[in-house]
Amino acid sequence: MSTIRSARGSVGRLAQPVAAIVVALLLLGIPFWLVLITASKNQAEAFTPNLQLPEHWQLTDNLVTVFTDGRMVSAFFGSLLVMVPSVAGVLILGSMASWVLARRATRLMAFVYALAISGIVLPPAVVTIVLLLRQLGLAGTAIGMIAVYMGMYLSTVIFFVTGFVRTIPIELEEAARMDGASPAKVFRKVILPLLVPVLATATILICLYIWNDVFYALFVIGGRIDTLPLNLFQVASAGLYLQNWHLIFAYIILMSLPLLITFVIAQRWIISGITSGAVK
Amino acid sequence: MTAYTRSLPRSGRLFAQQARGAHRDHPLWFLIPALAVLVVFFVIPTLYNFIYAFTNWSSFKSEIGFVGFDNFVSLATNGSLQNAIRVTLIYAILVAIFQNTFGLALALLLERDTRINRAVRTAFFVPVIMSALAVGYIFQALLKPEGALNGILSTVTGSQVSIAWLGDTTWTIVIVALIHAWKWMGLSMLIYLAGLKTISAEVTEAAKIDGAGYWETFARIRFPLLAPAVTFNVATALLGSMNGFDIVQATTEGGPGGTTELLNIFIFRTFGQGLFAQATP
Repeated sequence: MSTIRSARGSVGRLAQPVAAIVVALLLLGIPFWLVLITASKNQAEAFTPNLQLPEHWQLTDNLVTVFTDGRMVSAFFGSLLVMVPSVAGVLILGSMASWVLARRATRLMAFVYALAISGIVLPPAVVTIVLLLRQLGLAGTAIGMIAVYMGMYLSTVIFFVTGFVRTIPIELEEAARMDGASPAKVFRKVILPLLVPVLATATILICLYIWNDVFYALFVIGGRIDTLPLNLFQVASAGLYLQNWHLIFAYIILMSLPLLITFVIAQRWIISGITSGAVK
Repeated sequence: MTAYTRSLPRSGRLFAQQARGAHRDHPLWFLIPALAVLVVFFVIPTLYNFIYAFTNWSSFKSEIGFVGFDNFVSLATNGSLQNAIRVTLIYAILVAIFQNTFGLALALLLERDTRINRAVRTAFFVPVIMSALAVGYIFQALLKPEGALNGILSTVTGSQVSIAWLGDTTWTIVIVALIHAWKWMGLSMLIYLAGLKTISAEVTEAAKIDGAGYWETFARIRFPLLAPAVTFNVATALLGSMNGFDIVQATTEGGPGGTTELLNIFIFRTFGQGLFAQATP
């Protein structure tokens, strides 16, 4: 019995790495190869995308073309311009609000909390948001976009952080308060450091959502401010580029680089950041 | 006052604190900014949305005179909206199932901490950080009738294969949900891996000593202990797919025949192109 199991175990030990590599090659290798190989072709060869090697390589030419035609630089900074303030805003405002919501046990606070987290389930009313932004004069502006993202993701942050604050013993705050710390100081010195794991998870997920968002960006800033996904959408749906797979894929390679480089550099931190706040 | 509270025993001090009110310790101005943003940019638009939706059938039409409202009325009554809601729910359920199945399978496959496994895990996280729109275009190129997948199948089977993966009124929604799951399965995998790590080796050892095999241990002991990871993954998969747009827009644009028309595609088709056209000089 035990010999059978150990025999199976050693077969498993050999088969597992093979299986892992085969699965990765099939599920990831084929799509990524298609992107790389098509982005290296000319228009005629790329017209029907396949996995064959190009007859003559022009990857750099294609990258240069989309870099200039796709307004890559302004798109990159446009993406940063809407993402950084939105993420910083939701994290700061969200954790401040969550602290009060978690600590004040009144009926009004319970109502406010329910209202705040209803955004997780209710989809954002994008059409009325655009109408509202027009009335406020914020349509097509970065501030309007940031406000929309904040309104969308505050619910997520408040939901995660309020639950997390409740697990922090109130005695920790009281000790600081006894020493004469103001509420702002208690929050900054006691609460905020303890929130790091959950804020790390929220930061990474919300960064991914906002950086890659095209739906809300189309409505709010489409045509006014460039972002990387918006420009991909234009590149891919503009008549000029229609079915120009080599340019679409060259654009995809370039637009994926910033996050890919960030991920490679900060990989360990990102993975532990995502999991630390999620599995509690 | 401070001397008095400090001299009280612990419970008394807590009581005094509560009597003094948590109001001073957790001031409202911490809540106000977030609440202001939420009310203006989430609550009010959502309420307006409901109001507009409910005034469809009444005589408010002349009062609410913005462009696109008439369209909304006709589309809400001709069944497109109901279809979009139905498609969205089916899509969300399919995505939740696929994403969790793939994520869990990958987590179990790559559970041991070897060099190869770590590299493969990293590779599976790459789709997660990619733009969903980009993922959609990649799969459109793969799944076109004359695309790469049919090319591979033709080579393998030796006969010409030209399946319209994205042109079937029944199965395309399943394919699109699979693409969505492909993009996000790396995230589910990570969460499941973290969940598996929290299960102590003693528990699984005990099961092994009792004679339980790998699958029995998994089904009876490890899977139930994964509950928090399952909850998180199912919730994020459902929410992500309810808000789905990019992948479907890039692959089918809601077709064929509206069978993959998610709510956001419907909204974009109805309002977005007009708004976008106005915004584009």
